[in-house]
Amino acid sequence: MSILKPEINSLDHIQGDDSASISIVEFGDYQCPYCGDAYPIMKEIEETFDYQIRFVFRHFPLTNAHEFAFSAAIAAEAASLQGKFWEMHDALYENQYRLNAELFDELAETIGLDLEQFQQDSTSEKIKRKIEDDFDSGVRSGVNGTPSFYINGTKFDGGATDLYQMLKESTE
Amino acid sequence: MLEKGATAPDFELNATPDQKIKLKDFKGKNVILAFYPADWSPVCSDQMALYNEMLKYFNKYDAQIFGVSVDSVWCHLAFEENRKLHFPLLADFEPKGAISKAYGVYDEEVGESKRALFVIDKEGKIAWSYLSPVAVNPGADGILDALEELSKK
Repeated sequence: MSILKPEINSLDHIQGDDSASISIVEFGDYQCPYCGDAYPIMKEIEETFDYQIRFVFRHFPLTNAHEFAFSAAIAAEAASLQGKFWEMHDALYENQYRLNAELFDELAETIGLDLEQFQQDSTSEKIKRKIEDDFDSGVRSGVNGTPSFYINGTKFDGGATDLYQMLKESTE
Repeated sequence: MLEKGATAPDFELNATPDQKIKLKDFKGKNVILAFYPADWSPVCSDQMALYNEMLKYFNKYDAQIFGVSVDSVWCHLAFEENRKLHFPLLADFEPKGAISKAYGVYDEEVGESKRALFVIDKEGKIAWSYLSPVAVNPGADGILDALEELSKK
């Protein structure tokens, strides 16, 4: 059984409360269509199970298969430096159908980032390393494709819909 | 299926229409063999797409990876080009599945290789092997653990 390595920590992007009983970690790629499909379901899970859920997103860009995956991850991390990781995360998935190199600046403006700062941060080595560290964590944790989910530290063999179903059954 | 400690059977398989890969030419390097059923599975969950992202990891451990299936060289070429794969896929095509059989990972019923991983050490001995359910992409953590173990020797 594959275990999440390292555990959820302060470097992660976290939604929800530390005291939540269920921690979900998604390894995702902003250009992966299956991750795009999972996005609204994850939103629904967060709404339905509310305070019971803590949600973490780690990057797992398949850069050879998806030409904008890495730059999209950079955009999310650059937004994070202005405290708007999740706003960019959401915007990227909501606009996945028209993902291209010009989209990032547009989304940055839409969510109200300081554009100059955003562009400057997008070239930062530190951000690049953070994404590579996420990928490394995925590889070590047994990620075999995107999206991959971990529930309370253990790999969940299924997609977002299976996850929703499982949560529904276990909280009934 | 061949297990840890066995000598890895030598092979000579085409990677392209005019390039053959011989296992024995890779003595002194670690070798990863990833047998898989067929080219063209969906990309985000594709095993080869994952390994493609991991070449620098394998490099770090002085390891060369080869994918092996019974698809022909032409099929492999189209698949590699389409998925931008940067490592060789070997055609276990004629006689069909001979190398998969030698490693004990051929599925006679469907006529494809099973989904199996081998890490072969620098002396040509199998250091680790793993058979995955056909429908499950085994990821890469097992390979990395095996390579890590070898690097400590």
